[in-house]
Amino acid sequence: MSGVLDIVYAEYNYWIYVTLMMIGFYAMIAKKNLIKKIIGANIFQTAIFLFYISLGEVEGGTAPILVGGHGEHAAEVAHEVIYVNPLPHVLILTAIVVAVSTTAVALALVIRIYQEYGSIEEDVILAARRKLQPEFSEHARLKGGEDE
Amino acid sequence: MTGFELIATHLPVLAVVLPLIAGFLTPIVGWIDRRLPWYWVILAMFVVLLVTGNNLMTVINSGTIHYKLGGWDPPYGIEYVIDLLNGFVCLIIAFIGLMVAIYSKESLKREVPGKTTPFYSVFLLLITGLMGMTITGDIFNFYVFLEISSLTAYALIAMGDRGDGVVASFNYLIMGTVAASFILLGIGYLYAVTGSLNMADLQDLLPSIYESRVVLAALAFFMVGFSIKVGLFPLHAWLPDAYTHAPSTASAVIAGLMTKVGAYAMIRFMFSVFTPVFVIDMTRMADILAWAAALAIVVGSVLAIAQSDIKRMLAYSSISQIGYILLGIGLVNMIGVQGGLLHILNHALMKCALFLVAGAIFYRTGIRNLYQFQGLGKKMPVTMTVFLIAALSMIGVPGTVGFTSKWYLALGSIAAEHWIFVFIILLSSLLNIVYFWRVFDNIWFGHPHEIEHLQRDEAPLSMLVPMVILAALCVFFGLFAYYPLHYVLEPLSEALLGLGGVP
Repeated sequence: MSGVLDIVYAEYNYWIYVTLMMIGFYAMIAKKNLIKKIIGANIFQTAIFLFYISLGEVEGGTAPILVGGHGEHAAEVAHEVIYVNPLPHVLILTAIVVAVSTTAVALALVIRIYQEYGSIEEDVILAARRKLQPEFSEHARLKGGEDE
Repeated sequence: MTGFELIATHLPVLAVVLPLIAGFLTPIVGWIDRRLPWYWVILAMFVVLLVTGNNLMTVINSGTIHYKLGGWDPPYGIEYVIDLLNGFVCLIIAFIGLMVAIYSKESLKREVPGKTTPFYSVFLLLITGLMGMTITGDIFNFYVFLEISSLTAYALIAMGDRGDGVVASFNYLIMGTVAASFILLGIGYLYAVTGSLNMADLQDLLPSIYESRVVLAALAFFMVGFSIKVGLFPLHAWLPDAYTHAPSTASAVIAGLMTKVGAYAMIRFMFSVFTPVFVIDMTRMADILAWAAALAIVVGSVLAIAQSDIKRMLAYSSISQIGYILLGIGLVNMIGVQGGLLHILNHALMKCALFLVAGAIFYRTGIRNLYQFQGLGKKMPVTMTVFLIAALSMIGVPGTVGFTSKWYLALGSIAAEHWIFVFIILLSSLLNIVYFWRVFDNIWFGHPHEIEHLQRDEAPLSMLVPMVILAALCVFFGLFAYYPLHYVLEPLSEALLGLGGVP
């Protein structure tokens, strides 16, 4: 039993990210409320960010800022210091910007949906769409009506 | 003179930078005069077309172009690589973009009144995103451009039909976010095991660790992510609504380009990040892809028959046509891959023409239900002739582009001894006849008493010109498929399959 726990503990960052990702994925698929879907998407993306950030971690490493200032002597000092890998962090800064814009677009769409249908519940919107088919698909609507 | 030389060294990157700058300047141009953005977009797209054309010529004549962004050497800096594959796809993007831009003027006045300037701005950013996805040689840079193209596509779709367009856009956003996140995760996995983000560098580093499950998981994430992006059959749920409810202009550019670039990305990751040995022999990913594509071909065609909205019918037809491209790639023999790559060009031409025709019909009559198309053949003869040519091409009648690629795909299937794929290609052609015949029937053989009093009422010239050019190209490349095949696709498929030359 303790063996399993050790495996979990040794790479706990991956377990956390997978769990979070699945929570977010579940919310995106199963929740009927559009805002909850967006929250799910955010959790999903954040889980991936955590995965990236934990990748860059080096045990005992410090922030990748030059230690000891500038100059010839400082270069030697800087050489001995262990830094964490800054590249995944920089990548994730970009990905965060992307996630924020996706959320902004999604929220803007939800506002438009609310103005149009008066609800942000998926089933209510679906029912409203069945009633309010646009004029040009009159035939499709009549055919659809017969089927039901 | 020196000024030109200065620009000449930066031509590869201009294909991305020009539409980006033009996109951000569009609101200013629109603020000066509301009629100007149309000319501005055409100018920008024309210059981009020249740049991409020049890039492809350079690649054909003197080999792959490597452009170091900011002068940083790869693999540390971002590198833009143009080889035959993405030079070819970039040219298609620029050309279809220009055609749709010319067409857009009248269509937008009717479908998104008062929002033309934002539309053009977002349109140019979409072209930027697609160009960037195609041209970049860095997988994280690829992800950023993927999101640029996705976000702009959501915005364009949301400008469509009241309500329906926004809901379609939201559903696409959720699916697209899952796809992009999977791709981001795949990139993270590759970075974790190799420490590199450069495609060429990854191709060197990966073969020694192909046994690793992390690499396998990365491949799986990429394939699922791209399958959502291209709308491969079981993951296509977002596509029909998005294509149907977007403005006609946006439908044409999204249907013509976005799925093609997704298919390009799939090819690029399969053959230039991973190697053919890995995807063909070690993981059998190519076989899985070919079977999924075969399923998509049949199901897309069958669902298209059930539709009465012409744009929805074309959307389902797109699902089946994407199957052709991926089937060709999944066959992984010379002829099959050539057929699949040729179908990228062919389907972009045909599907763009068909969506433009659907937009022209909607512009003149306000009808999208194909059972109400009676007599349109008399009312809009030129538009309907374009439709006829493009639809015959979709069916695969000899003398049109559709025939050439289907012929190559069938030959490729025979060469791979997958007889069932030959059968599926034939079956799908028959199904194509079924769903296009209903439209022909209504257009040309409508009830006489309904047709009698119709006046000729053709679409405006700015809409006709791009449609006629696209239809003419459908026939031109049908008769002279030699040019793309000989200059681009033959050396390209050799390089991709590792039979000679470096990809």
